[in-house]
Amino acid sequence: MSAYALQEADNEVMAAAKPETEPLIAARNVNVFYGDKQALFDICLDVPEKQVTSLIGPSGCGKTTFLRCLNRMNDLIDICRVTGDITIGGKNIYDPDVDVVALRAQVGMVFQKPNPFPKSIFENVAYGLRINGLAGSKGELKDSVERSLKQAGLIDEVYDRLEAPGTSLSGGQQQRLCIARAIAVEPKVILMDEPCSALDPIATARIEELIDTLREKFTIIIVTHSMQQAARVSQQTAFFHLGYLVEYGATDTIFTAPSDERTESYITGRIG
Amino acid sequence: MTDIIKASLPGLPRRHAAERRFQLYGKLAITMALGFLVVMIGMIGVSSIGAFTQTQIALSINFDSDSLDPEGTRDPATLAQANYSSLEKAALREVFPQVKGRRDKRKLYGLVSSSAQFTLQNKVAANPALVGTTGKFWFVASDDVDQLVKGNIDASLPETSRRMSDKELGWVEQLRASGDVQRVANVSFFTSGDSREPELAGILSAVMGSALSLLVCFVLSFPIGIMAAIYLEEFAPRGRWSDLIEININNLAAVPSIVFGLLGLAILLNTFGLPRSTPLVGGMVLALMTLPTIIIASRASLRAVPPSIREAALAIGASEVQTAFHHIAPLALPGMLTGAIVGMARALGDTAPLLMIGMVAFIVDIPASILEPATALPVQIFLWADSPERAFLEKTSAAIMVLLLFLVLMNLAAVLLRKKFERRF
Repeated sequence: MSAYALQEADNEVMAAAKPETEPLIAARNVNVFYGDKQALFDICLDVPEKQVTSLIGPSGCGKTTFLRCLNRMNDLIDICRVTGDITIGGKNIYDPDVDVVALRAQVGMVFQKPNPFPKSIFENVAYGLRINGLAGSKGELKDSVERSLKQAGLIDEVYDRLEAPGTSLSGGQQQRLCIARAIAVEPKVILMDEPCSALDPIATARIEELIDTLREKFTIIIVTHSMQQAARVSQQTAFFHLGYLVEYGATDTIFTAPSDERTESYITGRIG
Repeated sequence: MTDIIKASLPGLPRRHAAERRFQLYGKLAITMALGFLVVMIGMIGVSSIGAFTQTQIALSINFDSDSLDPEGTRDPATLAQANYSSLEKAALREVFPQVKGRRDKRKLYGLVSSSAQFTLQNKVAANPALVGTTGKFWFVASDDVDQLVKGNIDASLPETSRRMSDKELGWVEQLRASGDVQRVANVSFFTSGDSREPELAGILSAVMGSALSLLVCFVLSFPIGIMAAIYLEEFAPRGRWSDLIEININNLAAVPSIVFGLLGLAILLNTFGLPRSTPLVGGMVLALMTLPTIIIASRASLRAVPPSIREAALAIGASEVQTAFHHIAPLALPGMLTGAIVGMARALGDTAPLLMIGMVAFIVDIPASILEPATALPVQIFLWADSPERAFLEKTSAAIMVLLLFLVLMNLAAVLLRKKFERRF
């Protein structure tokens, strides 16, 4: 499929999806502070369901910080403070009655550096199913693990060595294993924090294909440094700069006709 | 073409010289350290060799049935109460008929260790058919004879300034001439407890005391230390309280061990009335002493687990407890075990706290439980080093060698465990 045709198809999806569905994730006036330093300023962002939304911007602009607000990973940082509302499916995830563990089971995450557990390939995927009580019997567990590995496009490479350590795989395979691990628990949302930055172009291409197929089932938010990648995989793009959300809209609009000059400077390589 | 590599950098020879000089210093330092170690262990090792052999004297014993079992019943109770000492004395008198007078006879009997009568008693108990027969048996020689045979008593000194008189030297010489003196491996050193008689003193009671104390120490300090470390590292909110606790743990690690001994004496013995001199109390005191070491080492190895593992677990919906126990703790376990073993090795070598809680007593019996009075290896070394008999000198060195062997084994175990369980991330 040519790039043009792909964009055409994407436009059709958006045209169909936008009017009738509520945004799955809605951020309203999100401010994030690390101690005294403010990292994000009044971010308002709606993420549509079952699409890929990419967050781009120069280093230190706050895109990863925003991503980590969505599954409250920032809670791990003692000095980090978040104000404003982030609703997922209508529920404010910063409400005091929200269970972070349950939230993270619904909002999975794939990290910049592949981080499989130092356990077998099977265990890596099975762990989330087990702790979340998603597999009744051993057979079910095995089926779920294999289904997840298949969805992540890894099954053919590891079918005969599920007991091998996850860390013995190549970088790209490890990252797909991490994706399999994330989708095994069937989250609504998958957050990806520069998932390809540690990979070579071939492994990157495989992950990008994978993201494209995963869009059918999951809402994906991806942070990336590569504007080509954002253009290739995402339908929505948000440009962050110095802690502000500068521009947000359909990917092709952002890349072809940005309305803000900072966006234009960034995508043409003048700042960043 | 000019040699571009050679032409460059005027200061290069000086830099190379500095590097060679530094390497030389390093090698010198290592050589000196190793040299001291070799000299120390070598000297102790050489002086300990004697303790691993013992001298025995052969005597032909006549198991006189009239004196042992006058009624001829071969009843074990009668045999057990018979006077075996007289058999051994009679045998000595037979070899040396020329010895007259009570003082000389007493000296003559002193050639053989006082354990001879028990040796005979055990032989008869095991085989009552011996009664009425005559046979030649080997008996442990007294420590003076032992030292003489090992060459530690200088016969060329004047009689008054050495342990053995000319007469005794003559007797031993006569026995040697007739082939009735031998040196054999000293098995009893490893199988018997302490004794006032150097030739009978063994190390087993001290080894058992140390082993039981360390067992108590490990059972208490390892789980408590690990739990404390996991809580402090993974769960405790950072703040003034956690800082205070951290500082105090670090301080406790540096507290002299005798202070822990005093604590044990004041609280465990005097307040709670736990039994004195027992491995239970010894182990508890050593556990108090080891805890800070284990906590510090465990926290360090928990911190060494990459945060990416923690994030990975949390991001698929593991709770913090699950993250800590399914992922972080298993990866940190080798480091925790190493810390624990190093702490235990320190506890094994420590004397001061045990002195305070009474594990310094003279214990002959081999402790079978943590509630029986016991002593420990370093205390045994201290006690033997304090004894005046020449023969205890080599026992002291031998006990030090045994202690060092255990320390080496424990450290080896720490290295092997770490190698075995270490996982790459």
